[in-house]
Amino acid sequence: MTVPASGGPVVGHLRTAPPVTRSGDIATVDCRSIYYTYVNEAVRRAFDEGAHTVRLDNVNGQRYIGTGLSGEGRRIEVHGTPGQALGMFLDGPAIEVFGNAQDGVGNTMNGGEVIVHGSAGDVLGYGMRCGRIFIEGDVGYRVGIHMKAYKDLRPVLVCGGKARDFFGEYMAGGLLVLLGMNSRLEGPVVGGHLATGMHGGEIYVRGEIEPWRCGKDVTVDPASAEETAALGAVLADYCVAFGMDLEEVLAVPFARVRPASSRPYSELYTSL
Amino acid sequence: MSTTFVQAEFRVCIDDDRCQRCGRCVQQCGWGVYSFDERPLPDDAKCRACHRCVTFCPAHAITIEKSPLAFRDNASWQIGLRKSIWRQAETGAVMLTGMGNDKPYLSVFDHLVLDACQVTNPSIDPLREPMELRTYLGGKPDSVEVEANGRGGFRLKSGAGLRDNVELETPIIFSPMSYGSVSLNVHRSLARAAERCGILMNTGEGGLHADLFPYQDHVIVQVASGRFGVDPEYLNRGAAVEIKVGQGAKPGIGGHLPGEKIDEDVSTTRRIPRGSDAISPAPHHDIYSIEDLRQLIYAIKEATGYKPVGVKIAAVHNVAAIASGVVHAGADYVYLDGFRGGTGAAPQVVRDHVGIPLEIAIAVVDQRLRDEGIRNRASIIAAGSIRSSADMAKAIALGADVVAIGTAALIALGCHLCQGCHTGCCSWGLTTQKAELTRRLDPEWGAERLTNLVRAWSHELKEILGALGVNAIESLRGSRERLRGVGLDAQTCDILGVKPAGL
Amino acid sequence: MSDDFLLERMPTARRRPPALAGGAGPRPAYREEAPFKIHGGCGLMGICDESGALMPADIAVRAMAIQRDRGNGLGAGFAGYGIYPEFPDHFCFHLMFHDERAREEVEAILDRSFVVDQAEPIPTRPFGGATDVPLLWRYFLLPDQHALEALAMGPDDFVVHTVMQINSSVDGAFVASSGKNMGAFKGVAFPEEIAHFFRLEEYEAYTWLGHNRFPTNTPGWWGGAHPFTLLDWSIVHNGEISSYGINSRYLEQFGYRCSLGTDTEVVAYLFDLMMRRHGLPLELACEALASPLWSEIDRMPPEERELRRSLRAVYGPAMLNGPFAIVVGFRGGMVALNDRIKLRPLVAARQGSRLMVASEESAIREVLDAPDEVWAPRAGEPVVARVQAGSPLSLEHAASDRTDG
Repeated sequence: MTVPASGGPVVGHLRTAPPVTRSGDIATVDCRSIYYTYVNEAVRRAFDEGAHTVRLDNVNGQRYIGTGLSGEGRRIEVHGTPGQALGMFLDGPAIEVFGNAQDGVGNTMNGGEVIVHGSAGDVLGYGMRCGRIFIEGDVGYRVGIHMKAYKDLRPVLVCGGKARDFFGEYMAGGLLVLLGMNSRLEGPVVGGHLATGMHGGEIYVRGEIEPWRCGKDVTVDPASAEETAALGAVLADYCVAFGMDLEEVLAVPFARVRPASSRPYSELYTSL
Repeated sequence: MSTTFVQAEFRVCIDDDRCQRCGRCVQQCGWGVYSFDERPLPDDAKCRACHRCVTFCPAHAITIEKSPLAFRDNASWQIGLRKSIWRQAETGAVMLTGMGNDKPYLSVFDHLVLDACQVTNPSIDPLREPMELRTYLGGKPDSVEVEANGRGGFRLKSGAGLRDNVELETPIIFSPMSYGSVSLNVHRSLARAAERCGILMNTGEGGLHADLFPYQDHVIVQVASGRFGVDPEYLNRGAAVEIKVGQGAKPGIGGHLPGEKIDEDVSTTRRIPRGSDAISPAPHHDIYSIEDLRQLIYAIKEATGYKPVGVKIAAVHNVAAIASGVVHAGADYVYLDGFRGGTGAAPQVVRDHVGIPLEIAIAVVDQRLRDEGIRNRASIIAAGSIRSSADMAKAIALGADVVAIGTAALIALGCHLCQGCHTGCCSWGLTTQKAELTRRLDPEWGAERLTNLVRAWSHELKEILGALGVNAIESLRGSRERLRGVGLDAQTCDILGVKPAGL
Repeated sequence: MSDDFLLERMPTARRRPPALAGGAGPRPAYREEAPFKIHGGCGLMGICDESGALMPADIAVRAMAIQRDRGNGLGAGFAGYGIYPEFPDHFCFHLMFHDERAREEVEAILDRSFVVDQAEPIPTRPFGGATDVPLLWRYFLLPDQHALEALAMGPDDFVVHTVMQINSSVDGAFVASSGKNMGAFKGVAFPEEIAHFFRLEEYEAYTWLGHNRFPTNTPGWWGGAHPFTLLDWSIVHNGEISSYGINSRYLEQFGYRCSLGTDTEVVAYLFDLMMRRHGLPLELACEALASPLWSEIDRMPPEERELRRSLRAVYGPAMLNGPFAIVVGFRGGMVALNDRIKLRPLVAARQGSRLMVASEESAIREVLDAPDEVWAPRAGEPVVARVQAGSPLSLEHAASDRTDG
């Protein structure tokens, strides 16, 4: 934090370009007390100038990191606590966070990857349509809300800890997984109103789910052998990302949450 | 001997090419419109446009038109007024009619609009996220007395907490309609639907038929001035007891059940002689002042182990003061029946010219009870032609806890508002005791129709709540800030406690 | 000091109306926008040291500075508890005055029924380019015994009565805070600027609340910022109370006047009603405001179910509906609470004896260098910090303090 020499009000983030150093393909940006527009501008410029990895140090609260970025083979490392809407509209690059993420991660994400070595907040992956989000720890409310798949675009969201209410709300497509393993929270693995309004996609929860937790639009059964095998392929990458043991993850059976209907609201409306 | 001056209001038109001569119309019409001689021959004068024949004609050959008979226009002497005088000159009698006030008074509901959320205050998704409509009917204590429970938490002190309330799944109940004014099958339909929807029906002043005993936890038993069917067993069967002081369709006068509608069963249930008109007195002869009401309320409480006791009143000029008196007298709810309320039979002049609109009544009663700091002591039930879930939402926003539907329930069962209830010839089998008509209503079918209606309105209410950004009905109840007036004069807006749109 | 902060304002920022010459004509209305609902905004924090140790304001200011984008500079404020250790038993009124005439009118009211042991302008720094800066005064008061006897009121009720009277009937005056050994500092600016203006570096508190607003009108009114206070209660609020219409009508039955054109004020009055006047414990008052869903209540064991059913039936009109995160400061502690389906963010953390909450984790990371734990509170579950000495929260203490309105 800087206080101007003239003794004026405290300043949270300075509106000034951050220091950037370049070493081969890696650009390093010191984001301490830098306003987010300058951080994100530095990221874009580094990629334009040919870097394939941008490392952001001393991040605290800067918003919209990686928002709208496209292009394969690009990577952003975030050291610290990124602010709201990390990777919103992300369309190709990979973002790896060493710290906790806040709310709105991967909002309307179209492609790419977000990996968080920590927990994440609410409204994760809202309207996600492709790409992968891996969270090591706990997540909040309305995680994976309205994920959707289209042709061969299929989003994947895996959370290693526990989740709160409205997990998988209004799911239309994609894969949503909850492990309940790397958690710092007490209480159940998942909250209430699970998958309310679900009419497509697949949700897997490691362990058992009490039936009353589910929204009325879904059924819950044990995942079949084939489903578990398919899940294993995705979880293998997850385990590599966080140094976990795939066998240990698969040692407990998964429950699969399935929509009861593809048109849950067909009886709700009528006309003259 | 003399020819009536009252010409037919409707004309029955049968498309002769389509007509299959099946005679179904003859059999279906309760009013005796049709005779048959090689083909159906309608007597227009008897037709009430109830559409029973239209609905059941397999060839869709019948339509009912308004008679094209031209009268000279007269903005003051409407046709109905002229006809009433002709009829009264013939008979020397009081003009009787059924259902609710049909005159073009301003509808306050139709001049109120609801808020919705945009941006700064978000809506809530009613399809996916929880929307709570549960409502408790009855008085609430002023506060909640608690003590430590020894485990780090709290519990209610002994004797504290909510008591003597009825739990409703949704804030709709069925209005009182007496067995006698309606058929037993209507009562059976209402009782089953009330149970399925987790709400209540009301016996009206005709007593409780034994067939309804299995549903008694979902029945309010009514005590009216005629005390029909009232004995200790009756009082104890109900989930609540309601003292009927008045009704919106005919404030200040008593019930009318013409002798035609009193058959053996009605006679048994009401404990009165067959065939003789049951005209209840206007007042309860033991309630001539407010302290008498208190006496009756507590007598009933003592007799029933303190079940909730409510009082039904018609909305009249002084309704706020009356309601205040009713609550001070110990009532657990006040049922307000506005001037549009329906009835099986009422003098037309009273039905159409006595009483005030329900919307105004809710507003002034709710405000008066709050001003006196006693709003929590009684719930407010609002009735008098609640026509849609929009009316319901507006009534609740004005201050009602619950709405009651009578006309809407009968319409769900087939009523077409032909206003012929008092004759006991209802073609739909609703407001009649004639066996050949009452069997047309299958209680199971009726229960399903009513359940559908209540569920549909409850869904609509949830959509409205979601749009308002609230997820529990308590947050709409009495929140007039969510209403605006459109085309209401400033003073009416003031009385309603509602701002005009734009403010 | 950033000179272009004005440029970030909406271009129609109002200037103070010209002074009236010789007192001719009616005084312009003070709270022009009060009839228009000003929407609750957007960033908050609270920190309490449960050991009672006093913390510099800088902690709260930095936490709010990090969350600057949650507001738009049209309202911010702080509340501090324990800032007036030399007047532990006096009610301290922080007043805002539109002009000297308002000040005279209020001082006449105070002189009539209080012993005014100290009256002074609140120390501030000049604030270049600010609009509509009111006169800012503070008064250290004790209620006059005769006045209390004449009205048959206890001191707390009397202070509430006086505050309601000043706020609703003295044109051009507003009581920003009225508690003991605490005060609210707020106005139309960003939080860092408010802190700089009020010289907050000169205060230390065991609890700090901070707020940053994003109103959608153009308020020129300093009183419209958060926190809203009454007696020792102070509230910062993120969100919107959709149930305001019925919450305010319910409170009016008990003599509270909701006249400030913002929904947040009902939260302060509801806590005062439920805890001070009805004697409800803190956790149950929070439950009344963010009641569990019926589906959850139905699953509880009988004794707990009956309690929740009664609470919800009695306090239904008090329930706060709509998205909210609130932090409530009170004598001896702080509580943070979310709405029951968590539509607003809130993160909590502990480091040693300090408990902190904020809208964003980054605010916590800015201020606590090594938290023992960081977590997101559940919907409807209060996060409570209690200072050991002088807590008003035990049932016994609340009951003995209770004065019937």
